[in-house]
Amino acid sequence: MEKIGGGRTSELFGGFVTFLRKCLFKVISVGPIPNHIAFIMDGNRRYAKKKNSATVTGHRAGYSSLMSLLTYCYELGVTYVTVYAFSIDNFRRSPDEVKYLMDLMLEKIEGLLKQGNIINQYGIKVHFIGNLKLLSEPVRLAAEKAMKATANNKKAVLLVCVAYTSYDEIVHAVQDSCKSKRKEIQMLPGSLVRRGASEGFREHEKINDLAIHDIQESCKDRLHGSEARHLLEGSFENSSADVATKTPNGLIEEVEGCEMQRKVPSIELADVEEHMYMAVAPDPDILIRSSGETRLSNFLLWQTTTCPLYSPAALWPELGLWHLVWAVLNFQRSYRYLETKRKKMRED
Amino acid sequence: MAFSKVMWLPYSYISRIANLVLQRLWHNMHLILNTYYLVVGIACVLESYLISSGLWKEYKAFNSSKVKYLAIVVDSEEAYLTSRIVKLVSWLEALGVKHICLYDAEGVMKKSKEAIVEKLNKVTILEGAAEKDKLVSQNSMTLEFASFSDGKEAVAKAANLLLGTYMKLAELGGDQEEKIFTEPYMAEALKATGCNVIEPDLMLVYGPVRCHHGFPAWRIRYTEIVHMGSLAEMKYGSLIKVIYEFTMVRQNYGK
Repeated sequence: MEKIGGGRTSELFGGFVTFLRKCLFKVISVGPIPNHIAFIMDGNRRYAKKKNSATVTGHRAGYSSLMSLLTYCYELGVTYVTVYAFSIDNFRRSPDEVKYLMDLMLEKIEGLLKQGNIINQYGIKVHFIGNLKLLSEPVRLAAEKAMKATANNKKAVLLVCVAYTSYDEIVHAVQDSCKSKRKEIQMLPGSLVRRGASEGFREHEKINDLAIHDIQESCKDRLHGSEARHLLEGSFENSSADVATKTPNGLIEEVEGCEMQRKVPSIELADVEEHMYMAVAPDPDILIRSSGETRLSNFLLWQTTTCPLYSPAALWPELGLWHLVWAVLNFQRSYRYLETKRKKMRED
Repeated sequence: MAFSKVMWLPYSYISRIANLVLQRLWHNMHLILNTYYLVVGIACVLESYLISSGLWKEYKAFNSSKVKYLAIVVDSEEAYLTSRIVKLVSWLEALGVKHICLYDAEGVMKKSKEAIVEKLNKVTILEGAAEKDKLVSQNSMTLEFASFSDGKEAVAKAANLLLGTYMKLAELGGDQEEKIFTEPYMAEALKATGCNVIEPDLMLVYGPVRCHHGFPAWRIRYTEIVHMGSLAEMKYGSLIKVIYEFTMVRQNYGK
């Protein structure tokens, strides 16, 4: 009898807290509400250390914190929420931790699709953003399944960045732009293609079967943070003999010389932006990084031109309603200034 | 019909009152926020005075060599304050920071770079690509000027260079063309367009809001971004504090 009474009281209390929260959001909604909020979920391991528990406890606490914050965001009326779940740099962590995180991701992705979950409650469409080919097969398949299952949801959007870095996103966007531009060029009237593309190249080309030894030397330092690239391409050195080309410098110089002669379509900024992984959402209005770190760590570097960055000192599992309210109030404070900046950029 | 009209009147009256109450509460929230920032502002001024006068011993000795490359992002409206910029650069020089990139979205500082450099001693303007290690070993001070066109638009130019290479390799046949779409090649392509790819260790943002205003995305992966407030109200003590705190930071880089 007491247990049922106790359960009823906590239910009523929970309902009252929700009511108060909705009133608070009603007040905040007098001002502009951000359309898109991005989170860098930093500090799970430090939280676990603080509580003298295993790292896995930190990650689980982080997941609950994520669910609460998503609820608050969607209740407030935010349409897009992006979270930085797993960076390509994180593959460098211990294999046990990486495996644990992959398993946790798999478990949570499958959980997302269950009935009564926040996804169904708020009609959320889920996107997994990043180089999904770097993920293990079960996680990738689960992600694709989740995206397909929620494709028709229209009320809100959740973007989960996994196996993501901004650099990788930019290179991928450039690659896709080049591929589609090449198709466009190939569809041009034959004479134009022959004269523009091929002859220009042939006149100035001096292609040798050189190993790309020079580029390897100059690029060794720049391989940091990209171990995953090796997973994709295999050994960079082994493939050198196959590449019948000069070093990028040499090739790029020759191509620059050819530019004047070619009259072929060129890549515009809009083409690159169209092929970004994050093109499915507008630029974020607020970026919140927990645990007080002041850097972006290769997250949304391209999309945060006029996005205010907040770095509350709280660790991710400790981040709550008041941090969100604080961020939104600050957003409202600087809204007019940032809108002017965005307008100016659009005009340019 | 008349009955529903009668019911509607008090409802619209109540909803108007409710809206007024909400607006009042919202204004009060922002009043509290503004008061908080006023108090914080006063505390910052006091702190800065204590630090710059040397009374706060903790900030007296630090090694600024950890700041190998510093970026300063200025709001374009404030970038016209050339005298302030010159003062800021000379403060940084005094603190031992030798390599600085001055950025503003509209390129105001770029246009007045001669005027800025004229007022400083022995400063070289850095143009085009440079290597961070080679630069750091130089003792002379360098100033780089950048604007929005060195960011996203430079990536589009680099993409065109890569497109040329891609088309060329595609003609030769095989599947080697995919090999050029890697981060090192992208960096080389950016350098070939005349862009600097050096990643600053620290970025100071002078303006109303802490945001990077479109600083080249390719350069700010792990850059610590700190908001300094308005350029017109810049303080030497705050600068010392930020650089001191940076030298105490330890980075994990995702591991």
